[in-house]
Amino acid sequence: MNPQTLYEKLWQAHVVRQETDDTALLYIDRHLVHEVTSPQAFEGLRIARRPLWRVASILATTDHNTPTTDQDVIADPISRLQVSTLDDNCALYGINEFRMGDVRQGIVHVIGPEQGATLPGMTVVCGDSHTSTHGAFAALAMGIGTSEVEHVLATQTLLSRKAKTMQVVVEGALPQGVTAKDVALSIIGHMGTAGGTGYAIEFAGSTIRELSMEGRMTLCNMAIEAGARAGMIAVDDTTIHYLEGRPFAPKDALWTQAVTYWRTLVSDAGAVFDKVVTFNAAAIEPLVTWGTSPEMVVGVNARVPDPLKEADPTKREGIERALQYMNLTANMPISDIVIDKVFIGSCTNSRIEDLRSAAAVLKGRHVAANITQALVVPGSGLVKLAAEAEGLDKIFMAAGFEWRNPGCSMCLGMNEDHLSPGERCASTSNRNFEGRQGPGGRTHLVSPQMAAAAAVAGHFVDVRTLLN
Amino acid sequence: MKKFTTLTGLVAPMDRANVDTDAIIPKQFLKSIRRTGFGPHLFDALRYLDEGQPEQDCSTRPINPDFVLNVARYQGAEILLTRENFGCGSSREHAPWALEDFGIRALIAPSFADIFYNNCFKNGVLPVVLPAAVVEQLFQAVAALPGYRLTIDLEKQTVVTTDGVSHSFAVDEFRKYCLLNGLDEIGLTLRHADDIRAYEVLRAQREPWLFGVSQ
Repeated sequence: MNPQTLYEKLWQAHVVRQETDDTALLYIDRHLVHEVTSPQAFEGLRIARRPLWRVASILATTDHNTPTTDQDVIADPISRLQVSTLDDNCALYGINEFRMGDVRQGIVHVIGPEQGATLPGMTVVCGDSHTSTHGAFAALAMGIGTSEVEHVLATQTLLSRKAKTMQVVVEGALPQGVTAKDVALSIIGHMGTAGGTGYAIEFAGSTIRELSMEGRMTLCNMAIEAGARAGMIAVDDTTIHYLEGRPFAPKDALWTQAVTYWRTLVSDAGAVFDKVVTFNAAAIEPLVTWGTSPEMVVGVNARVPDPLKEADPTKREGIERALQYMNLTANMPISDIVIDKVFIGSCTNSRIEDLRSAAAVLKGRHVAANITQALVVPGSGLVKLAAEAEGLDKIFMAAGFEWRNPGCSMCLGMNEDHLSPGERCASTSNRNFEGRQGPGGRTHLVSPQMAAAAAVAGHFVDVRTLLN
Repeated sequence: MKKFTTLTGLVAPMDRANVDTDAIIPKQFLKSIRRTGFGPHLFDALRYLDEGQPEQDCSTRPINPDFVLNVARYQGAEILLTRENFGCGSSREHAPWALEDFGIRALIAPSFADIFYNNCFKNGVLPVVLPAAVVEQLFQAVAALPGYRLTIDLEKQTVVTTDGVSHSFAVDEFRKYCLLNGLDEIGLTLRHADDIRAYEVLRAQREPWLFGVSQ
């Protein structure tokens, strides 16, 4: 047999029916559901009087609307209705749901892996673009729309078009102060937000092998920000060790059998990718986005770009519009950008390792006087508990951060946590689009360490100056 | 699903690249549990001068006179002409729902983001990919000629100008078939229910841990 890429193996293992040359009906193993993109799908099923195909494949939670302050009842009636609609649908169909108040509740892309509900060799879908996160476990994981959520609920399958394959190789040791987030932003900065459109990306190379599962999830999470619907990483010891003993992971003889199979979930030697891109880890710096697209990113010691130096008129207008929206001037040093708020959280950077790395910078320090709000929002109730067991909550609170309950929070501001017009935020989230964190808000994407450093300084600063 | 066969419609030019789905329909409107009513909030932050709220009456809100869909000559537009990577970001299907509810039935751009592109087909909205040079020509033509219309024929896979110039576009055969006929994809798939069950039997033998009792 010809050598296969990991993507080709995953694809082939899930084909129920070949529809046309490049379109197939794919079987879906795990369906993650949250409150925002599911109500219309459940309603569609009821109208057509269709049952669910395999209830046991579904894991649901509320995350986008959930308050991060202690509230038994959500204050906003529209949010409250959306959350209770999910609760009602899950109760009606017998779906396993981690509701508000359950210690296992949290961001859907944090709890799936945390529970071992995401396993190697699975197809994983969710009505959320950041489903690419789960590819860190050598799963084929894709974000889908609500019509497709309904399709998967009713049929356990998805009509899919086979993607082209891209291998993104990162080699070498990451410099101190440089994290998986910086690797992701660096790749997006080079490829552009459409560079991965139509591709499934496999991240490979020595840098990736050295990353923890948390780091790998951060990287795969942002594959969608490079335009790729799926990002993935081969199985190795790190994957297996992470999963062992998780509640949904197989046990005993099944575990042994599963591990044997999972070890085959790597690209074969000699497998051919449609495209290969290589990065040198040593050249990656702590990065800061300056604009309104994740590709608008530079090193913390660089300057805001000058649109006059851009030859392409569409790109030049894009830069000018971004600078105007962000209220920045061309050529100003990134370190001169003064911030108002700091957000540590989101499906990109709210796991225990993220909180540890931010706390390491904040220990014995305090947020600057100009910071009006600094939030830490753990990715799940279990992440929160683990952090508290290590005393991280005390470090954050002593530094002037608010220690909140889990949810998507200020990444997109569907709950009360958002930016006001004109406010500027150092954020560990994934999107800096206009209005993403609140209408008129200005978002700079950074790693958790860089967010912590910016909180302390009141402006962006190279975290490496604080680590020594 | 709504059909799409042919459309002759007024073209509105949105001259920016990387229009994200947060811009198409901002987050506060995603709290709705309905599939309809998003049209008044399409491009809300760009279209109005105040901050939009769910379930509000938009008829009295201050509009941004510079935004393309507020310009008199583009009223009633059914085709949106735009630039690279339209629909990037969030997977929210509320984006095509809002476009469709507003009256946009087709989009023309040099490229679209994958999930958005896919979502359009489920809602009777046709995303047409044309080469960047052709899109640039169309932008110039729209600017030069008030009332500029195009005809899009999905069966023939062509975009035809009023002076008869035809540009062909590619579209996946299966998606085209479903959209031309307005087919219910779930119904189509359920005709293969036996195949799905047979697959599950094989898969449960190979990876039994996936089919055990869930937690």
